[in-house]
Amino acid sequence: MTIRFNDETFRDDYSFRNSATAIRRFPFPFDKDDYMYSVNMEPHGTGGRAGSVFEKRFDVDEHYVAEMRDRAITLAGDPLRCQSLPHMELAGWDLLELIMQCKAEDYPDLFQLHRDGDRWHWINRPLGIEQRFTFLDPTTLPCGPMEYITRQAQGDFAVLDQRENNLWMDAGMVTSQADWSLDFDIGMNFFEWHAPVPKAAEMGIFQRALKFLLAIPQGAPSRRLNWTMTVNPRLDTSPENYHLWGPEKRTITPENVGAKQYLRVELQSFWRLPRSNALAFPIRCYLIALEDLVTVPKWARRLHRVIRDLPDELAEYKGFAVNRPIIIDYLAQFDDGKPTSPGIFPDD
Amino acid sequence: MRATEFSPSIPSRPVYGGLHPHGALPSLMLAEGAGGEALADLAQADPSVMRHAHLFYVPAGAATGPDLAVRLRALGPASYVEGPSYAALRPRFARALADAHMGTRLYLAGSEGLIGQAMAEALAAGLPLEAIDAEHRGGFARRVQCVHCKGITENVATDPFTCSHCGLNLFVRDHYSRRIGAFQGVCVDAETPGIVPEPQEIKP
Repeated sequence: MTIRFNDETFRDDYSFRNSATAIRRFPFPFDKDDYMYSVNMEPHGTGGRAGSVFEKRFDVDEHYVAEMRDRAITLAGDPLRCQSLPHMELAGWDLLELIMQCKAEDYPDLFQLHRDGDRWHWINRPLGIEQRFTFLDPTTLPCGPMEYITRQAQGDFAVLDQRENNLWMDAGMVTSQADWSLDFDIGMNFFEWHAPVPKAAEMGIFQRALKFLLAIPQGAPSRRLNWTMTVNPRLDTSPENYHLWGPEKRTITPENVGAKQYLRVELQSFWRLPRSNALAFPIRCYLIALEDLVTVPKWARRLHRVIRDLPDELAEYKGFAVNRPIIIDYLAQFDDGKPTSPGIFPDD
Repeated sequence: MRATEFSPSIPSRPVYGGLHPHGALPSLMLAEGAGGEALADLAQADPSVMRHAHLFYVPAGAATGPDLAVRLRALGPASYVEGPSYAALRPRFARALADAHMGTRLYLAGSEGLIGQAMAEALAAGLPLEAIDAEHRGGFARRVQCVHCKGITENVATDPFTCSHCGLNLFVRDHYSRRIGAFQGVCVDAETPGIVPEPQEIKP
């Protein structure tokens, strides 16, 4: 399957669009009609459902080229979005190897990796990149290994060091985040960087999640879905630029909510890295306008019920409390009260 | 004055366990203003802590005046260095950290801003967190980093406040970075420019 890459933007005129194919394969995050935090982990890897975003290990879709362009714009304005503490360079090489290898194996028509000992040759056709370099020799790449490869991979990446029975946010490339700051959180442990999340700590979520993550072995990655709401298809909803994008949150009306309000889903995956024993934590962001989402009747019914019944605290934390009544009114017209089938995929 | 008891908060918000004597180990001590009282209490609990202690003191801003400085010196630390502010004292403190050997203890006492900055300096120098005792004494003003411009405003006494660098109106979160030694400030009127809540005094 060849992918046609969209020429689109995630800022200013927001020309981002999902094709019919992209809508059908959207990772709808709710497997039932209500939502509460959970450690909703499942195995990730090759052999996921054909055509879905789970089919390949690092999904490449029609937004790839445009997302990488948007990342470059964000980094040019704020280099602190990509940081790696000094002890994390080996983990950066681990991550580079993982992504190059997976992309080359899963998308041989788009990416190629030729290895002759430590002399590597990388070809990225969609971005027009060809690079010969020496593995583990940083002087042979134009920038650090983590930055180099994550400028060519969709989604944010956190690279977590593991020590003292904890995980430490010690490196990352973060330009499409749901309102958290790598620059502020870098160096924090698992409990510290999750500190602002309401309710989950008292539910014991973080203790259980950490226990699970510490035990992830090589070759057995896991994944989970997380979600929020975003006004306009904006990737850079960073706290750094909140004063710039914040006003857009107040532009939702009953007339434009279908087109301007997006469901934002994170496909989070977790990979043990072989040399550093660090944990790679890609956070891939998918966006869908409500008016596109409701073309799948099951999703329309279910999203209405989830948003309507969500505890206020969660709507507040996820930042859409102010627009919730308009969103519920809009979705209600697509909910005929019929039962929905289990699982996240469309019925037909 | 007693050590401050803070109300329960989120896990990234620092808690200060107080100063406890670890005997006559090599140590660095740094206090500001009323924090000097905590060092005096420590020495009273176990006078041997002073034997190998390098003591740094910032009397500035203390209602306690020069008397406390005289008392601290009289406790007989291995060395005593005084400075008009933490910023002024910092190069000498950083040098002492660089010269410190494995097993050195650090005792910090004073405002959150002082503890935060000194702890960030110590951690960056390679001191393990477990080697640091800290006790909060004095006011409740916070050191806050603007998440937008990255500038740090010292002694923030109200929430919200105006960033001393970029001028945005910031609310003060309890989210705290030990690496930066500061709380996070986020634009309070980002969605509704100009609508800023009445500032409230920051409480412990």
